[in-house]
Amino acid sequence: MSTPVMDEPILELDDLVTSYRLTRGIGRSGGEVRAVAGVSLTVRAGETVGLVGESGCGKSTVARTIVGLVRPSSGRVLFEGRDLSTLPAQEMRLLRQDIQLIFQDPYASLNPRMTVAALLKEPWRIHRGLVPRERWDEEVRSLLDRVGLRAEHADRYPHQFSGGQRQRIAIARALAVRPRLIVCDESVSALDVSVRAQILNLLKDLQRDLGVAYLFISHDLGVVRHICDRVAVMYLGKIVEVGSKDSVYRHPSHPYTQALLSAAPSLDDWRDDERREIVLGGDVPSPLSPPSGCRFRTRCWQAQDRCREEEPALIERDTDHPVACHFPAPS
Amino acid sequence: MTGVLLQVDDLAVEFDTPKGPLRAVRGVSFQVGEGETLAIVGESGSGKSVTAHTLMGLVPLRARIVSGRVTIEGRDVTGLSDKEWRELRGERIAMIFQDPLSALNPSLTVGYQIAEMFRRHRRLGRKESRRLAVGLMEQVGIPDAERRLDDHPHRFSGGMRQRVMIAIALALDPRLLIADEPTTALDVTVQAQILRLLRQRQRADRLGMIIISHDLGVVARAADRVAVMYAGRIVETGTVAEVYERPAHPYTLGLMRAVPTPRDGGAPLEAIDGQPPDLLAPPDGCAFHPRCPFARDKCREVDPEQHELGPRRASACHFAEEVMTGVHTGHG
Repeated sequence: MSTPVMDEPILELDDLVTSYRLTRGIGRSGGEVRAVAGVSLTVRAGETVGLVGESGCGKSTVARTIVGLVRPSSGRVLFEGRDLSTLPAQEMRLLRQDIQLIFQDPYASLNPRMTVAALLKEPWRIHRGLVPRERWDEEVRSLLDRVGLRAEHADRYPHQFSGGQRQRIAIARALAVRPRLIVCDESVSALDVSVRAQILNLLKDLQRDLGVAYLFISHDLGVVRHICDRVAVMYLGKIVEVGSKDSVYRHPSHPYTQALLSAAPSLDDWRDDERREIVLGGDVPSPLSPPSGCRFRTRCWQAQDRCREEEPALIERDTDHPVACHFPAPS
Repeated sequence: MTGVLLQVDDLAVEFDTPKGPLRAVRGVSFQVGEGETLAIVGESGSGKSVTAHTLMGLVPLRARIVSGRVTIEGRDVTGLSDKEWRELRGERIAMIFQDPLSALNPSLTVGYQIAEMFRRHRRLGRKESRRLAVGLMEQVGIPDAERRLDDHPHRFSGGMRQRVMIAIALALDPRLLIADEPTTALDVTVQAQILRLLRQRQRADRLGMIIISHDLGVVARAADRVAVMYAGRIVETGTVAEVYERPAHPYTLGLMRAVPTPRDGGAPLEAIDGQPPDLLAPPDGCAFHPRCPFARDKCREVDPEQHELGPRRASACHFAEEVMTGVHTGHG
């Protein structure tokens, strides 16, 4: 791993659009769902960017597009300035090492028939030359040590571990190819509070020691505030607000961000007056037929005619960070 | 407390497993009064869900009550037959679950399933039952109730399904409502809606309510009192303010410190070391001692009893006073 230079963008999403084609079913015509409907976002070397949103907002599709599991319909994914969609296959494979994905459920992502050692060595068989074969055992021991597991764990199978330990294995496996960016897709969401804290601490330690950057995708605002440097809030396929952690959490400008923060009680504000709590009405509209203009307007208590007619751009307004709202709360 | 609705004394539940008996609930006692919400908080395997199901007469397969007594409105329900339970459930005590989709019948309309409560239990006619079902749906905030009556559950969003479950649970005016992780499967903004609805109904009807949750934040706003469970035991009880401001058990303290807060500034969290114990072979003494920063010889040898720290305030720690005085969580 080369020494990371802070502030240098390693991942850039440029107006990314990812659509899923619907298959024709009974009583349903085919069509396209734009799960990601034009997302631009930058992750710099060694930093952690949070991508927050509720189910169906497209955050997981962003993750899947970045690691190449789905292809973008338009827009670009740039890694260290190179467009992933135009790279020749050979170079693409090399680049894949640099971006790793950790899922929510480590059990589903670890082959149950392989020992931990075999799981960790597998990427070295694919990315030849990364670690010389004679150093594999040593490297396995060092990876296990790094993620807080013991050397004797190498010969065990995934089912012999607890949820937290399995997530440690998934992290070790991601680290095995010495990535520069790890995309964490709800990676701590399935863990109990006490174990979740262990994994969050581990992720932070790894970043400090190895300089790896994280795109941390989560629905949990408290966790995102803890681990991230910057945060982007997604609603129905678009980013509605993005900025440094402090500016977004202290001065949430988009009504949706305000509602999210109000709805997720942290241990510090349980005494808040419940009459001041913002409770949104209704559900998220279907991404099949998003509302005209601002996508959030159907649930927004401040919506006016303009919100129906004109889609707000994600720009700095009377705010210290970009927000996609015609009537944002000033910072 | 006015009118005790539910009294649980020294309840113990054991599972038969191929590796021997597993004691999932190990002597649990608590009360719920009229108009009171008790939160039972714990992590997976703490026994909170088994406790909740046992209160409803839904003892899991291969499990049995080995000791203790459950009293609902003064009536001992520990040995009731299935038939007697069916009469009690819905009428006096009702439950909602984490996943409403698996609790609803996918092949029947929502209206049918709500109206069924009135037809079965009240012997009301079809028309009257439907009329009451529409009223209930409106009460729980399902828009366009009249028209949605004939929709099947899959046509509803997760939040709306949970509202349907709440309508069914409240149909017969029970006195006690048990909500087992009612918002865990829901999105943050929908979670807020459901919690608000539960709070409104609970206050309007002076229900006794138990919320089972792993989320300390959810519990803080939704409940009056808290019982923290660990390894099949209640380790601490008190009002929300008492427990959150001055935790009296090292496990509660550890849980609170393990949750990120706005004030931690991204500093490392104080994670609780290790894993919860294997209940097939629980440790000697206090079940929490292998993970406890306060642990001493006594903790390894003697399993602590609950001791009273005030009215309806208790901790199962030998050094509860020390835990309380030596710390401040900063969550006050």
